[in-house]
Amino acid sequence: MSNATGKSHPQLAAVFNQDEPRVDWHDETLWWIRQKRDVQAHKLPEWELLRETASQIKNNVLSNLSTYLEQFEANAINNGVIVHWAADAKEHNQIVHQLLQERGINRMVKSKSMLTEECHLNEYLKEQGIDVIDSDLGERIVQLANEPPSHIVLPCIHKKKEEIGDIFHEHLGSAKGESDPKILTETARQHLREVFLTRRAALTGVNFAIAETGEFVICTNEGNADMGAHLAEIHIASMGIEKIIPERKHLGVFLRLLTRSATGQPITTYSSHYKKPQEDTAIHIIIVDNGRSIQLGREDFRNSLKCIRCGACMNTCPVYRKSGGHSYHTAVAGPIGSILAPNLDMKKYADLPFASTLCGSCSNVCPVKIDIHDQLYKWRQVIVKEGYSPASKTIAMKAMAFTLSSPGLYRSGGKMGRLVFKYAPFAVNNGLNPWYKHREMPKAPEESFGEWYSKRKEGKQ
Amino acid sequence: MSREKILAAVKKNQFTSTALPDLEILSALTATSDNLVQQYTGVASAGGCFVYEVNDLEAIKDILRKEFKPGVKIISGIQGLDEYTYAGNVMQESSHSFADAELTILASNLGVAENGALWLTENQMNIRILPFISQHLAVVIGKDAFVPTMAQAYAQIGNADYGYGAFISGPSKTADIEQSLVIGAHGPRSLSVFILIQPLLKYII
Repeated sequence: MSNATGKSHPQLAAVFNQDEPRVDWHDETLWWIRQKRDVQAHKLPEWELLRETASQIKNNVLSNLSTYLEQFEANAINNGVIVHWAADAKEHNQIVHQLLQERGINRMVKSKSMLTEECHLNEYLKEQGIDVIDSDLGERIVQLANEPPSHIVLPCIHKKKEEIGDIFHEHLGSAKGESDPKILTETARQHLREVFLTRRAALTGVNFAIAETGEFVICTNEGNADMGAHLAEIHIASMGIEKIIPERKHLGVFLRLLTRSATGQPITTYSSHYKKPQEDTAIHIIIVDNGRSIQLGREDFRNSLKCIRCGACMNTCPVYRKSGGHSYHTAVAGPIGSILAPNLDMKKYADLPFASTLCGSCSNVCPVKIDIHDQLYKWRQVIVKEGYSPASKTIAMKAMAFTLSSPGLYRSGGKMGRLVFKYAPFAVNNGLNPWYKHREMPKAPEESFGEWYSKRKEGKQ
Repeated sequence: MSREKILAAVKKNQFTSTALPDLEILSALTATSDNLVQQYTGVASAGGCFVYEVNDLEAIKDILRKEFKPGVKIISGIQGLDEYTYAGNVMQESSHSFADAELTILASNLGVAENGALWLTENQMNIRILPFISQHLAVVIGKDAFVPTMAQAYAQIGNADYGYGAFISGPSKTADIEQSLVIGAHGPRSLSVFILIQPLLKYII
């Protein structure tokens, strides 16, 4: 989502936090998925070795990426696939538009692709008069609600079934007040089946692209990517440059990790390997950079390109669970999104690395062992140095630095603080103090350690 | 051109090469031949599949006769199941023409015990859309076709050439509405798996 409102993470989180029962429900739902992930992970004694292996494969990929990209391209072309390269979102969107225009197509079905969210493809194509229908159920729901996905794997995790029932009643003609997930899913099935059967173009994302063979793999539970792609005369697959893995056998590592980490299933229902187009149809791959090569050059942050988009870091994050995906005002929310977004626009996303307690839970569940919380911490330092830090933090930090640099000020400041806590707690326990939100301020001790220590010394003498 | 620009930027920014890890340890750690059918059946059933162990194709026909009304469109990719439309004979028809298929029966030669996934290539599907567009899907697999994990599965697939292939582990499903699991999203509403006691090869191609 473009941050049309210009609001920061704390401001948007405050909106989400107005409805406390909903926050609790959101929190518990995501934690439940985290627990399902744990059950699957603990079933495999080799889990940690799998994570380490995946991380090392990705290290190798990122250190040889140009070679692998060329190898992938050559093999894909050899398979009869047409390969395009897009330096940025704009070029990606233009390529898609041109491919549709060449065939006189003005309606397209699209399965889940966070890259197209990042590129704002739907909005762009709409402006060009092209109708796009998202076919993943969760994405279709948020599309009808005119919202962006709030989670990369569970796009409408923030929505209650009653709200979805209302949306379906309005747009798809389900009975008023109907909120049974089975009936709503069946309604979407009927609606989307007609879409699959009538669209000549299908766009999908890519989970893994294999340099050795030129094939690419798409994982879904619904089968929507395959329904769209196999029934269309043109299949456009959009992928970031970092989706490459070297060899087919490496899928035997990543497919074991991906869905266990994402939803706590041992594997998705469908793991589809696209190598060559069907007769009389075309496959086009668009390889997109859009800032990734810059991130590759940032030594502290390049590991973020290992991400396989499982969403485990979101499900486990105490801040994400309690602030909701939309508060991150970027396509990829949560901890991983907060280290990817500042690379694209440091000023616009300066707030995101601060949307974390740095507890490290994200790094602990990451299937490719990205040091997410370390990178969040490092981004804070870069953002402050570059002068993009949020104003309230800048003032507080400057006051702190000034006070700490002078022992006299430090002592009198401490004394003043204790007096305020003791005699005028209302001065800090109010809405003007951001630290007070959801916290009781502590009871102040009678004296500082320094004062106690010098008294003790005097007593001894 | 963007291609050159991107490749140059990547080349400039990629760091010192690191070696690929050895996958042999993971393969060795997970290699076992114990109770693969049993493990597969447990995982697949938990994933919403109906798993049957059968002696021969006649037993499959008996079960399908009970499950499906006469007259519905059933496509079979297995020649031995000859009372149904043989997929090999309708390959020239458009993919869209299978929209009214009630059941598709296909063969697989590779199943994965750890996650319930069955590997099917385009050869076994005949037409790519078949295992997705049918209201129901059945897969026939030999009892000796199971491997413990994806590591062994890819070892078996090796460098096989195919136009398209898929691991299928259950019926189409979604939990996008409040995390309530609903079977039958866009693809088949059920997946029945017939594990043949006899080798499957006898029946296909």
